[in-house]
Amino acid sequence: MARIVTGSLPLLGILLVVTLTMVRAGELTFELPDNERMCFHEIIEKNVKCTLEFQVITGGNYDVDMELTGPSGRNLYKDTKKQYDSVTWTTDENGEYRFCFSNEFSTFTHKIIYFDFQVGDEPPLDGFDVDAHATAMTQMESSAVTIHEGLKIVIDYQTHHRLRETQGRAFAEDLNERVQLWSIGQSVVILLVGIGQIIILRSFFTDKRPYSSIKT
Amino acid sequence: MFNKSVLGFLLTVCITYTSALYFHIGETERKCFIEEIPDETMVVGKYKVELFDRQQNMYVPTRGGLGMHVEIRDPDDSMIISRVQVFDMNIGDFVHTAPGPLGMHVQIRDPKGSTIMSRTYAAEGRFTFTSHSAGEHVICLHSNSSAWFGGGQLRVHLDIQVGEHANDYQQIAAKDKLTELQLRVRQLLDQVEQITKEQNYQRYREERFRQTSESTNQRVLWWSIGQTVILLLTGFWQMKHLKSFFEAKKLV
Repeated sequence: MARIVTGSLPLLGILLVVTLTMVRAGELTFELPDNERMCFHEIIEKNVKCTLEFQVITGGNYDVDMELTGPSGRNLYKDTKKQYDSVTWTTDENGEYRFCFSNEFSTFTHKIIYFDFQVGDEPPLDGFDVDAHATAMTQMESSAVTIHEGLKIVIDYQTHHRLRETQGRAFAEDLNERVQLWSIGQSVVILLVGIGQIIILRSFFTDKRPYSSIKT
Repeated sequence: MFNKSVLGFLLTVCITYTSALYFHIGETERKCFIEEIPDETMVVGKYKVELFDRQQNMYVPTRGGLGMHVEIRDPDDSMIISRVQVFDMNIGDFVHTAPGPLGMHVQIRDPKGSTIMSRTYAAEGRFTFTSHSAGEHVICLHSNSSAWFGGGQLRVHLDIQVGEHANDYQQIAAKDKLTELQLRVRQLLDQVEQITKEQNYQRYREERFRQTSESTNQRVLWWSIGQTVILLLTGFWQMKHLKSFFEAKKLV
């Protein structure tokens, strides 16, 4: 085993480099304060299929501006006030790709944004065996691959379900707080208005000058 | 020996070549990321910090200057055993490291907001932690440079993998000597476990949502009744007070 590994070391090395640089998948959730802009960059090679999807989870009208630019400043996608979107493109040049989220139109709402950036295809599971699929896959192996693909879709749906649920729950908790605060505020206003009315009315009837309007 | 150094060199090339997603922050700025995860889920984060060099007008790796501080919080205030490893060029692999002089402060807070872990590390490395409670964990980064404000721009490469994605299958295959099919089945088992945990967590979240809605319902009900009562009482008090006031004034 060791001899095989050391023998194919250059190949392994190249494969490792190729594998690691070919595929990246990252999902992040972050808070974007009001009047701010957050950019993420990645250096991608040519002819790589990339997918970027984003969703606003909490904040205001659940909308954000998104802008995707390629290496030479070329604009690939630009849209304003989107709640959710997904962009798929194949890179046609090497270089730094950049996508920016902007909350500059908002005056005081912070937004929490989730994005999932997929670069390239999934790497082969066992990067060591280059010739593993020189022979056709057995039925068992291809079934296993099918199950794996299916489970990936399940996990993806789960993520989206979780995001929608978080959105609903955050709103419900906010509503709960607001009901409490506004009810307390309203009760205080009722009391103040009631007492205020009496005080003002009393002041109408207590002049400095003696004044009597007794009708007999 | 030669082969080992070749491998080391290639690994170096790989690690430095794998520039994951990166973003820019100021030296004194703080950036937070939220991970909503079920319990007993492993999270691996890889990072690299570069400083903007004004003379060269490009980003260069920091030389023993800036690093990262990792802090993770837990609801029960217990320490989570976490490992932060730094890439050592000589050995060609990630190693545990003692806290450096300056670092990138990464702070991880768990759902209840308490700190699990808090350490300072060098400019490049990776941190691992396993969640003990389900919920929103917050991972915050800032460099602990001594500047009070302003300062230079930092480029932070960050890659956070959660649950099944955090597993290194090549390593597992080598360690347990698995065939490809066995490795694939192991991957499927991990995926199914992740799905199960997420579903379970979903049930708990849905229950919380339902409780919040019921609480809102209760509040609306009781406050409506309460406000009506306050209104009526205020009205009666007003009339009574006015009547006695006018009787005192001999107007009635």
